[in-house]
Amino acid sequence: MKPAPALAEGFPDLSGMRIAREPHWFRWLSAALIILVLAVIARAFANGQIEWSYVSRFLTVKVILEGIANTMVMAVLAMLLGIFLGIVVAVMRLSPNPVLKTVAAGYTWFFRGTPLILQLLLWFNLALVFPTIGIPGLWSARAVDVMTPFLAALLGLGINQGAYTSEVMRAGMLSVDIGQYEAAQAIGMGRLRALRRIVLPQAMRVVIPPLGNEFIGMVKATSLASVIQYPELLHNAENIYYANSRVIELLIVAGLWYLLVVSILTPLQMLLERRFARGTLRLAR
Amino acid sequence: MTKPLVAIRSVSKNFGEFQALKSVSLDVWPGEVMCLIGASGSGKTTLLRCINQLAMIDAGGIWLDGELLGVREHGGKLHRLSEREIGRQRLKTGMVFQRFNLFPHKTALENITEGPTQVQGRKADEVRGEAIELLRRVGLAAKANSYPAQLSGGQQQRVAIARALAMKPMLMLFDEPTSALDPELVGEVLAVMKELAKSGMTMMVVTHELGFAREVADRVVYMDQGAIVEQGRASDVLGAPREERTKAFLSAVI
Repeated sequence: MKPAPALAEGFPDLSGMRIAREPHWFRWLSAALIILVLAVIARAFANGQIEWSYVSRFLTVKVILEGIANTMVMAVLAMLLGIFLGIVVAVMRLSPNPVLKTVAAGYTWFFRGTPLILQLLLWFNLALVFPTIGIPGLWSARAVDVMTPFLAALLGLGINQGAYTSEVMRAGMLSVDIGQYEAAQAIGMGRLRALRRIVLPQAMRVVIPPLGNEFIGMVKATSLASVIQYPELLHNAENIYYANSRVIELLIVAGLWYLLVVSILTPLQMLLERRFARGTLRLAR
Repeated sequence: MTKPLVAIRSVSKNFGEFQALKSVSLDVWPGEVMCLIGASGSGKTTLLRCINQLAMIDAGGIWLDGELLGVREHGGKLHRLSEREIGRQRLKTGMVFQRFNLFPHKTALENITEGPTQVQGRKADEVRGEAIELLRRVGLAAKANSYPAQLSGGQQQRVAIARALAMKPMLMLFDEPTSALDPELVGEVLAVMKELAKSGMTMMVVTHELGFAREVADRVVYMDQGAIVEQGRASDVLGAPREERTKAFLSAVI
């Protein structure tokens, strides 16, 4: 073979030439079509039997604002209860103790296996099973007085959420490398301390996106508590339209509020994700 | 007369059908640097993991500083110690892992202070001073606030050594500390280990770095199929092995 020349001939110089912009005709066309469809839907609603003045009037009425406040209080408290139970149950599930393991699996099986609305009704009607509750000889009360709509909703939503959250937490803990447990043990940590200091903080990074998902689900699941008279957003909206028959208008009011709350939650989740991403390469200082 | 810091007597360990250790006995003397060599699967890593109880032995006994590890003799039977007592026994050993296992959500400094503050319950500012001194000792004083992901493999392993030293162990265990490193980073970790050996620390090092063994080890132990085949001075075992299996291993790796 001949010695190769410095550079072969026949390949033109492309430096200084730009890559042309694609016209993307199909994108323009499909976007235009979608806008058209949306416009048709909007026009239908504008001309339909909806009194938009009622929507704007009831959007900020006191009962609705109280409803959204109750919805948020319940969503936050029930989610906290759910996360607490979820962590406890996930730790039990991963423990070497067969009794703890079985109890945890049974809890998840039962509360995931029955409808949430049924569980809410069961809690609310607990008085039918146990007319009085308490510690014999120390304290007792009538179950109807104790099991308020608030408590029934909190227990129903929170305990149900715990069953789902435990699986999310378990997945998060399993995602942490076994070497992290070993390193924690090697510096003398017990199982629980290793979980709290080393494993859970790392699991949180994995767990926050699905937990955000669960929390958004929770905000909307609180509407089921309307069946047990908890005065959350949908319940209050219903009460108004029972009186004035403006059904669609008030459902739109409730829907707008749910959308608004969920829209605010998404950026909050991103802030939280950044907080727990400490030390990962992507966001390292 | 001095006593061995570690006394291993007839220790066996099985993983299902596989016999990882077959009645191994060995003494490690205070201040000694011992290198364990052998093919993968020969049981040298398992032996280290049994000493700091990341693996529980199936038969025999290990005494560290005169104390029986993992079990207590009572009424002619052995009873397993509680997790708390095993944790206390682990504090006498420091472990350095092949894959570093630094805590990724903590800075280099926080990795080092975690054990002394959380496990030993010592004061944060006092521990902090010691941790900075340890980082200086492994040549990483400038990296105190870096996260593990921002450090090279060699730097991570040096932080891991500092983390283990922060617990003030009597014995340091190294499980192939340079095997996961790029070749150009091996030297900096070995240099830290040499300095540590010179300071009088008792060390057990599972390694494939025969040069390090030759230079630093007081004793080299060659293991094969869960048993100790040959042991002695580094120059003897590596330079003039007596056993056929040792010869075969050495000619294969060099």
